[in-house]
Amino acid sequence: MNIVFTTKGTDWESKMDSRFGRAEYFVVYNEETKELTSVSNKDVEGEAHGAGPKAAQKLAGLKADVLITGNGPGGNAATVLQKLGTECYIGAGDMTIEEAYYAYKSDSLKKF
Amino acid sequence: MKIAIASGKGGTGKTTLSTNLASFLAKTYKVVLTDLDVEEPNSALFLQTELIHAEDKFKMIPEWNKTNCTLCGNCQDVCNYHAVIKIVDMIMVFPELCHSCYACSELCPTNSLPMIKKKMGELKHFKTDSFDFVESRLTIGEEQAVPLIKQTLKFVDERFDNNTYKIYDSPPGTSCPVIEATKDADFVILITEPTPFGFNDVVLAIETMQELKKDFGIVINRYGLGNNDIENYCDKNNIQILAKIPNKREIAELYSKGELLWDKIPEVKSELGKIVSYLKSHV
Repeated sequence: MNIVFTTKGTDWESKMDSRFGRAEYFVVYNEETKELTSVSNKDVEGEAHGAGPKAAQKLAGLKADVLITGNGPGGNAATVLQKLGTECYIGAGDMTIEEAYYAYKSDSLKKF
Repeated sequence: MKIAIASGKGGTGKTTLSTNLASFLAKTYKVVLTDLDVEEPNSALFLQTELIHAEDKFKMIPEWNKTNCTLCGNCQDVCNYHAVIKIVDMIMVFPELCHSCYACSELCPTNSLPMIKKKMGELKHFKTDSFDFVESRLTIGEEQAVPLIKQTLKFVDERFDNNTYKIYDSPPGTSCPVIEATKDADFVILITEPTPFGFNDVVLAIETMQELKKDFGIVINRYGLGNNDIENYCDKNNIQILAKIPNKREIAELYSKGELLWDKIPEVKSELGKIVSYLKSHV
């Protein structure tokens, strides 16, 4: 299962980014292979509109089963995530990636 | 003559000046006042109006027809606004993000994105006892003011000749809606207040008008409040101050009742007179 985090850095100790569409990175944890990889989302900086759908599209490319983020996606992005069947958990904006992962595993994050 | 009234900062008196200037000019001239702040039109609050015409306004958006679509993804590549996105085996369209440029539709090799009409707002044409009044209102949830402002300006241009004073009550800020509302104007009046926020934002508005190479002048509202930063700035940069509307309790009281000022407050009338004589001699 691929779990995607919205983050400000690329390792387990990095802070989460509470934003979805304008998150700095998407960090992917593959639970089967235990691999942590990341993609930069910094190319949305110059975009005035449509950062949410564009980010959701990136998630499609990452084959995300689960998204863990802070504030939660906006309406447009939420529509895309729903179509993709990606489960979304929110409220992890102030955690590190590691804390967010364990919060998810212990069912203490809110389902969006 | 087309005169746009803009401000930078919100709440500095655009609508107060627009409605009073329109009514004052209408004593002598043919006038049409247009409320181009389509996200929040409020000129009508200060006018007694009779509705004479209403029409829905539409924008064109693509609609996906999957029958012949090969999912080549060309549509999403040509869209600058991420309004069309390929997700796995489908094309999703986000109408609020679409700028109606037709690129996805025209460049689709299988004609799978025909453009369809979508209502974005409503335009109303009213009469007051002395001038015409037009306002447009964006439908709730629509994000883009520019296409509706453009269509509203077209409506006014087609119905009123150049001998009419066309007053545009513009949106606040310095972004696309303000550019659209002011770009065809012969003259722009920037109204501000002598506060730090008012000063900061009017400088942004001044720089915007200079960038657009617009002829413009400043009106200071609530004059007597705050400091002299705006006057000093205008002096130093050779910018014309057209009028100063005093900071008076009576003005706030009349405003709160939705009444016009110029026929009740002599200082407002004389300041409007200064604006009109400047317009007549310089524009």
